[in-house]
Amino acid sequence: MNSVILRVGTRYLAGLLLVFSFYMMLRGHNEPGGGFIGGLTGATGFVLYAIACGTQDARAALRVMPQTIAIWGLGIALAVGLFAAIFGDALFTGQWLFIGATETEKGLPLSSVLVFDIGVYLVVFGSILTLVFAMEEEI
Amino acid sequence: MAGGFPTDTRGNGLTGIVPVVFAAALFVYFASMVPTIAATEVIRVSIPWIPSLGIELAFLVDGLSLTFSLLISGIGTLVLLYSNTYLAGHPQYARFALFLTAFMVSMLGLVLADDLILLFVFWELTTLTSYMLIGFSHETEKSRRNALQALFVTGAGGLAFLAGLILLAAASGTTSISGIIAQGSALKEHAMYLPILILLLAGTFTKSAQVPFHFWLPNAMAAPTPVSAFLHSATMVKAGVYVMARMHPAMSGTDVWLWTLTILGAVTAVFASLLALRQTNLKQALAYTTLMALGTLTLFLGQESGYAMTAFATFLIVHSLYKASLFLVVGCIDLSTGTRETDQLGGLGRIMPITAVAAALAALSMAGFPPFLGFIGKELKYAGAIAVASEPLLVAGAALLSNALMLAVAGVVAFRPFWQGSVPSGQSPREAPWQMWAGPIILASLGAVFGVYPDLLQVALINPTVISLTGEIGEAKELKLWAGINVPLFLSIATFILGLLFYKFHVQLRAKLEQGFQAIPNLDKGWDSFLDGLKRFAKWQTQLVQNGKLSSYLFGTFLTIAAGILLTLVYTGMPMIAVDLSDVEWKHTSIALLTIAGALLALVTNSRIAGIAALGVVGIGIALIFIVFSAPDVAITQLLVETLIVVLVAVVMLRLPSLPKAEFRPGRAVLSIAVGVAVSLTLIAVVSSPLDLRLTDYFEATSWPEAYGRNIVNVILVDFRALDTFGEIAVVVIAALSAYALLRTTRKGDQK
Repeated sequence: MNSVILRVGTRYLAGLLLVFSFYMMLRGHNEPGGGFIGGLTGATGFVLYAIACGTQDARAALRVMPQTIAIWGLGIALAVGLFAAIFGDALFTGQWLFIGATETEKGLPLSSVLVFDIGVYLVVFGSILTLVFAMEEEI
Repeated sequence: MAGGFPTDTRGNGLTGIVPVVFAAALFVYFASMVPTIAATEVIRVSIPWIPSLGIELAFLVDGLSLTFSLLISGIGTLVLLYSNTYLAGHPQYARFALFLTAFMVSMLGLVLADDLILLFVFWELTTLTSYMLIGFSHETEKSRRNALQALFVTGAGGLAFLAGLILLAAASGTTSISGIIAQGSALKEHAMYLPILILLLAGTFTKSAQVPFHFWLPNAMAAPTPVSAFLHSATMVKAGVYVMARMHPAMSGTDVWLWTLTILGAVTAVFASLLALRQTNLKQALAYTTLMALGTLTLFLGQESGYAMTAFATFLIVHSLYKASLFLVVGCIDLSTGTRETDQLGGLGRIMPITAVAAALAALSMAGFPPFLGFIGKELKYAGAIAVASEPLLVAGAALLSNALMLAVAGVVAFRPFWQGSVPSGQSPREAPWQMWAGPIILASLGAVFGVYPDLLQVALINPTVISLTGEIGEAKELKLWAGINVPLFLSIATFILGLLFYKFHVQLRAKLEQGFQAIPNLDKGWDSFLDGLKRFAKWQTQLVQNGKLSSYLFGTFLTIAAGILLTLVYTGMPMIAVDLSDVEWKHTSIALLTIAGALLALVTNSRIAGIAALGVVGIGIALIFIVFSAPDVAITQLLVETLIVVLVAVVMLRLPSLPKAEFRPGRAVLSIAVGVAVSLTLIAVVSSPLDLRLTDYFEATSWPEAYGRNIVNVILVDFRALDTFGEIAVVVIAALSAYALLRTTRKGDQK
């Protein structure tokens, strides 16, 4: 698919999709979204990129091998699970920290749950790209 | 193994010493329990293992298990000491020592286990470790074949054994062995008694190599000689005998038990003695005499009298002592001269005096000469045989014949190579180093010591063992060297005369036996063709099930789904379904029509791209349903996945040639309609039954206060059910990597 318009357009589209995918992941705890959806959205962007510009370019843009990303995601998710054990909780219990919390304001909530969701995101993202790139290159 | 003794007799360093010390420590540990057991007490230890099933890690030390434990750990120590020199400098000695020690521990676990499931675990462990040991010289084809044969035969028996144990546990309501025995004769009257007995005996007879499963034992002699000494004299083959003995109080006394064990035991004993005499290879001859011993032990377990039980306990010990000793002697002869063939051996007595003495002591015990323990064992055997109420003539006859043959074999194995003929030219034998003659001498001397002082054994081991076997105190008969002039004595004299005649004419007999055995079918000959047949069958059925056509896999999968659902519906009764269409709105109808239209288009189109797009429409229709019923997360996921699938499939499909004109295939049409109907019926049934909302309510109530999230779906994914999610993403990664590997492999294959 050798179209300049498609190639240029896809670059912006892929970037937008990537940003949007982070947004989807971050809002997931309270609104529709989350790691699975975010990972799928992000992967869609790179799939488009690979179709428009070829997998070589897409791989170069990604910089890291997609299977590495997937395995890192799995490792992060596992680490979060084990992290709870430090506090004597059951495996995968969410740990929360409310920065600047007062009596009325709950402050900035930070949680291990979000990190777990990032792991999920990376797994979905990496796995899909592993498959798509391999299939594209195969044909 | 030829080529003389190792020049470096220091062995294998720490790798060689540690197992010996370990085994010796175990022996001392068990020996320290003798006073308790001699006082007719038992020691029981148990730790809960699977409490929900009542299965315990329970161990019981009583007369029977202690006798076995002492034999296993004691002979184990001597065998490990012996192997350290026998295999000195062998590059894989560490592996060997590990297997042998692991085997020893498994065997100890087997005889000490007081729980059926635990017993089975150790039973299988002995099978596996013995497989490793028999196949230790894995470079040779024969060794691998024979190890596999032993594994298959005992493993198949093990499956029957497991089935028997499960039935036994179900019948008696407990997996505890002492619990089952405490129930007395309840088991004998149980309706499942016969199936249990048959299955258990299938396991024990294969493990103990009783006729007709005897063919694997001589083949197992492919193992290094110390292994044969250990596994095939004192331990593994006696596992079957042990289990029969263990179950004796609960299961013996019925006609089936009596006749099965008596007849098969007698047949094995006589048959094996004849086979032993036929052999010219020392190790093979000993292997068959082991069979004879196992047959005799089985024979005695068929009975119930105190004489038979005392005979069992005594012969068990006698046999282990002399047989291990003789195997080790054969190992010495083998290393010294480079051969195990009787025709090529002679005059070793002067050159290997210590080995010769050990051989002589063991052989005299085996042949049953006074004052050895073997003599007492033989007298007791005859006394036990005569005490058999039902068929004394048969049992005594079998015992007489096999004992006479045993005497002849003892002569062939332990007398002829040392004291007849002269050393053939080309051999330069030497005396074995001390590590190698220590074992045989100790074991053989014990046979003599216990023969002269039978009281030592009587109190410590024989009496408690008989109690284990009969469940009653005071059944044991006295071990005496001189029991007066009685029938057993006359039978002994007859044995000596007959045995010496057999020995004198054994060369002539051998030729006759050779002709005779040609006529008897041997399962070993059919073994290879049986295995080939099995492989052909596996190949045939694999090609049938996995023919490489994706469409037939899908057909099979969907057929199973449809059949499973529809059969369930037929058997459980079709739920009464009242479909209420009153609250269906126009948007529901239009989504349904859109989805149906997409499905129909995919069915009839000739264009791949149209087909893919049509399937996408179906997917989007489903996503719309999720939106209508307010499940935005699921809908978004569905849409994204649908998009990706369409893109991915399009990438692949567009490179393929266009579809041939769609043809109508009635079989597939029927199947797809069946799947559709089955799934629809299930869904309608699910929807029409009241929905259990407890879980939903719980998540709705706790999502915000406990997990600080308002999106319940996501909170469930990352918090409430985070472990499930972790499992899922692990599957995703594995799937991606496997698909990646597959795609890469085929590409490389194409490049070649």
